[in-house]
Amino acid sequence: MKRFSWFNATALTLGFAFLYIPMIILVVYSFNASKLVTVWAGFSTQWYGELIRNEEFLNAAWVTIKVAVISSTIATVLGTMGAYVLVRAGRFSGRTLFSGMIYAPLVMPEVITGLSLLLLFIGIGLDRGVLTIVLAHTTFSMCYVSVVVSSRLTTFDQSLEEAALDLGCSPFEAFRLVTLPIIAPAVISGWLLAFTLSLDDLVIASFTTGPSATTLPIKIFSAVRLGVSPEINALSTIMIGIVTVGVITASLVTKQAAVRQAREERMADRPA
Amino acid sequence: MRRLTLIAVPYLWLIALFLIPFAIVLKISLSDVALARPPYMPQLDITGGWVAIREFFAALDFENFWFLTTDDLYWKAYLSSLQIALLSTVLTLLVGYPIAYAMARAAPEWRPTLLMLVILPFWTSFLIRVYAWMGILSNEGLLNQFLLWLGVISEPLTILNTNTAVYIGIVYTYLPFMILPIYSALERMDDSLLEAAEDLGCSRLSAFWLVTIPLSKNGIIAGCFLVFIPTIGEFVIPSLLGGSETLMIGKVLWEEFFSNRDWPVASAVAVILLLILVIPIILFQRNEQKQREAEG
Repeated sequence: MKRFSWFNATALTLGFAFLYIPMIILVVYSFNASKLVTVWAGFSTQWYGELIRNEEFLNAAWVTIKVAVISSTIATVLGTMGAYVLVRAGRFSGRTLFSGMIYAPLVMPEVITGLSLLLLFIGIGLDRGVLTIVLAHTTFSMCYVSVVVSSRLTTFDQSLEEAALDLGCSPFEAFRLVTLPIIAPAVISGWLLAFTLSLDDLVIASFTTGPSATTLPIKIFSAVRLGVSPEINALSTIMIGIVTVGVITASLVTKQAAVRQAREERMADRPA
Repeated sequence: MRRLTLIAVPYLWLIALFLIPFAIVLKISLSDVALARPPYMPQLDITGGWVAIREFFAALDFENFWFLTTDDLYWKAYLSSLQIALLSTVLTLLVGYPIAYAMARAAPEWRPTLLMLVILPFWTSFLIRVYAWMGILSNEGLLNQFLLWLGVISEPLTILNTNTAVYIGIVYTYLPFMILPIYSALERMDDSLLEAAEDLGCSRLSAFWLVTIPLSKNGIIAGCFLVFIPTIGEFVIPSLLGGSETLMIGKVLWEEFFSNRDWPVASAVAVILLLILVIPIILFQRNEQKQREAEG
């Protein structure tokens, strides 16, 4: 903090003000009594009440959570397998294509991913609804999981796995008893990332859904297009609250785990 | 055998749900629009044998791509997407660099908290973060109220539904993608290099230009690509914050598909968008690879 400390302090203050003030305003105005979002008319929780009574929003929230849980779970399994293939499977024909297919969806514009999947579902005559959104979300989020898990796998000491195999574990047992516990933090953050991506997605869901399934982002988008509404502010506040609690808890848990691991490693390194 | 299953499951999934859909987009971009379900021609009928397959390929042409060049809506949309993406990348860099710099210079015990504060908005819904600006930027919005109260302006400014609002939205939502790679480059920097430069007679400012900036080059490049690439195809920001003057290709594709129901043209728009993106994506991959090699 010796150099330019006034400069640093200003940059941090302005930067974080820019990042957080819009969200704070959103939260504050969700407690506004007025229907006009820009005029303060006293404190009220009426918009939360209306939100809870709004069945369309509740249904959409339920669909969104269902899609996010299912797709992120499948994506975590497929993505971990994908990471294994990238890091461990060695050379096989078509490896370049495989790694291309893992990395491409990360940079693909959502409109293209959505359009191409929709055309596929229509081509094979699959009815659009929860199933098609789950398939679409699984596909792009498994790639994110693969990237997260493979970066952990590359730093992982393979001799631990070999030791387990030498001591009579089957490859699957070695994975379950040795590898999985070590890469678990990466797998969990992969799942969380996949879950958030699914929860957040508007564009791909709009392309791949049918009239039977409306997700929360689709619902919010169509409401917001007509202008600002205090009900959406209330909904946003709830979502921001959940994310904040989740991220803070996750960072505390990983910090504790890191401390514990460091301690265990120190113990293991000490000569007996 | 086990290895084969391990490879085959994710491989086949990606072929079925990533590669084949792409082939379909490519094929439909070469088809003609038709009043049918699905609304394009020709349909491949394998039961017709060789003749049918030959006829199918004979019916494909580049007509939709020609159409894109004749209607200036499309090339204008591509150009303005590139322009908006480029300018907002520069703006994000200008806003993000000082924040990343200050974070890297903060006391070490503060850094994890600062890092979490940057990552937190990234986990919050993108849609909500864009929506937050609608209430701030509108004519009766808080920014105008504030400026009127300060007496800086006498008439409310029109910001919402203009390109200015789009730039603000992009800088706001993509800022963490710029800060994080620059921060991780700056954090690794050895402070003694700066001291050496000053001992050798550099002023602080020239030490910054000659030492700090070149050492954070990889972070800057990575951050710029992470903002530039997704911004080109952006849909949510131009449709919520932009106005009728805002032409962005993601929005054009969406409207072509949902409003005009012209699937072949929408597919052709997608194919060209992808061709435009291939160049920055390859450059980005190269930069990442170079960095990995330098570290490894």
